[in-house]
Amino acid sequence: MSLDPVALALWIPLVAAALLASLPGYRLTARLNVAASLLTLLAALLLLVGERPAPGAYLLVDDLNIVFIVLNCFVAFTTSVFSAGYIQHELETGRLTATKLRFYHAMYQMMMFGMNLAFVSNNIGLMWVAVELATLTTVLMVGIYQTHEALEAAWKYFILGSVGIALALFGTILFYTAAQPVVGEGADAMIWTVLLSRAAEFDPALLSVAFVFLLLGYGTKVGLAPVHAWLPDAHAEGPTPISAVLSGLLLNVALYALLRFKILIAANPEAITPGPLMAAMGLGSLVFAAFMLYRRRDIKRLFAYSSIEHMGIIVFAFGMGGPLANFAGLLHMVMHSLTKSAIFFAVGNIAQVKGTQRIADIKGLTQSHPALGWGFVIGVLAIAGLPPMGIFMSEFLVVSSTFARVPLLAIPLVLGLLLGMGALLLRLTGIAFGEPTGSTAPATGTNLPMQAHLALVLVAGVYLPPPLVAWFQNVGVLLG
Amino acid sequence: MGSLAFDIAHLLAGGLVLVSFMLLYQDRLSALVNVFALHALVLALSVAWQAFVQDAPHLYVTALIAVAFKVLVVPLALHRIIRQLGIHREIETVVGIGPTMLAGMGLVALSMAVILKITPEADPLAREDLAFALAVLLLGLLLMVTRRNAVSQVIGFMSLENGLILAATGALGMPLVVEISVAFSILIAFIVIGVFLFRIRERFDTVDTSALDAFRGERQ
Repeated sequence: MSLDPVALALWIPLVAAALLASLPGYRLTARLNVAASLLTLLAALLLLVGERPAPGAYLLVDDLNIVFIVLNCFVAFTTSVFSAGYIQHELETGRLTATKLRFYHAMYQMMMFGMNLAFVSNNIGLMWVAVELATLTTVLMVGIYQTHEALEAAWKYFILGSVGIALALFGTILFYTAAQPVVGEGADAMIWTVLLSRAAEFDPALLSVAFVFLLLGYGTKVGLAPVHAWLPDAHAEGPTPISAVLSGLLLNVALYALLRFKILIAANPEAITPGPLMAAMGLGSLVFAAFMLYRRRDIKRLFAYSSIEHMGIIVFAFGMGGPLANFAGLLHMVMHSLTKSAIFFAVGNIAQVKGTQRIADIKGLTQSHPALGWGFVIGVLAIAGLPPMGIFMSEFLVVSSTFARVPLLAIPLVLGLLLGMGALLLRLTGIAFGEPTGSTAPATGTNLPMQAHLALVLVAGVYLPPPLVAWFQNVGVLLG
Repeated sequence: MGSLAFDIAHLLAGGLVLVSFMLLYQDRLSALVNVFALHALVLALSVAWQAFVQDAPHLYVTALIAVAFKVLVVPLALHRIIRQLGIHREIETVVGIGPTMLAGMGLVALSMAVILKITPEADPLAREDLAFALAVLLLGLLLMVTRRNAVSQVIGFMSLENGLILAATGALGMPLVVEISVAFSILIAFIVIGVFLFRIRERFDTVDTSALDAFRGERQ
């Protein structure tokens, strides 16, 4: 059998999940988790160079999803490295037991499987199943500590996520109903590539209604206001590695599903134009989250709201459409995933050292823990959008493309960005500088994944390799 | 398709909407569970009838799954949970019955207006099924919004999923993958919820989710 990277990217997590569920011992399983994530990453990298399989009834590989898969596997790998150190501390303090840990690792790999499956699926039904699977696994991981707060968060996440996913399924069914008279009954009417080639013949009114359901449904998972309520709780109460993958990866999965449907709808000239709806929801989320940032007292909640803000920017950019805005949206998505997960790596270590997530109780971090503290400072400066980081560049591109096309929309956009920046910098000074409080013991978790991410973000802000730019431009055209 | 076949399909789908309304005004948990079993039964009949009319044997499987899980297993399990928790007492509805029923009627009218308007050329059966399905879905959402109790929210969610299955079976020749996945998701969802209920009861001595609000991390 020849080496099929797609099959590998799906089978490795599945096999690893089964192994991790059955093997005892923290040292072995944590390493196995890292090894499996690394192998999956290598398989994903093979996609870049290898021959691409022709689109089948279930699987599809194209320029768009390769970006998502590689990003997904990379962040999942670095998170697994971070998770190993984090989990050790949790075991020592007794917050996790051996049984729960086994469960945690198995779920981590199942989530990887679900996310990779969602990315490569060419069937809108299969994609829905995969997104649902990834959601369920994260629900279980959010509730893993079984404290009052964790259970409430998991419950809220589960109920809102299920409602969202139900709406998305209804949208998918409506889509099938629109396609069925043209493509014919059966599985063909759910294959994305077939749908795309014939979308212009579908009933436009039905497509429009379908898109509204899909936008609300998958939009819930993206964390767009007003259906974002699950997001801050889920981020704050679960284990920090899970906060990192939620922000960095799971939101992207839902966004990816939304983009696939956007391309389909845009292929029908008479259906609703998906752009303005997405832009409006994105802008709303951005401004809303920017205001909400000011009143956060919990450090993980603070960055959860920042994720809503940035997903708003990304959805806004894709909603604006056109090559430049799409390019900016894609770049921003990559930068946000890298930076936000780096911040959560830092926050995880900070919370473990200080024993609290309350912002008011964390002070003077750069004095007590220089490496961790300064890494955190750089991460927050990056996410706030200060030059010369990658996020500054992508935000700049979003703003300038908006100015060029709809100057009036640039006003709330810039306002939201500045408000968000102000809130983050305000909190940063308190956390990073001043007299240190709490424990000054060194952090047990490793800082390497955080530093690697931040280095990438910094390099991307200064220099983007031309092949990458060409690739993103290509995808930008594909997105319409 | 004969007009009798159409009428029966119409009757069953309409029946599902009616039972959704019955769910809205049940003020005791055990009664709510029973009405949900009825809801699932009507759904199973409707799916089985679709299987017969469309000559699609795989839909019988969906109907069987609906009967086995949602008419028998789930209600029995829920009854058990309710008994264990000792919450046969009245449900505290957030909004009164009257306004809820009015809102429900509005939602049904809305779904009819939307679906019938956008599908003038579709197969009449698929079209009406879709309209009824959307109505059931929205009523399920309404149930979830108006109830605070965890068990009734679960029932609201499951009735919402019933609406989805109605829509999936109404769409001609929709692949089996999707139906099984729907059934599966309900199964998984139920296990998950069951686990959660168990823990919630352990931790809070009540499954009233408004009690959960007090522990929200934001208020400190």
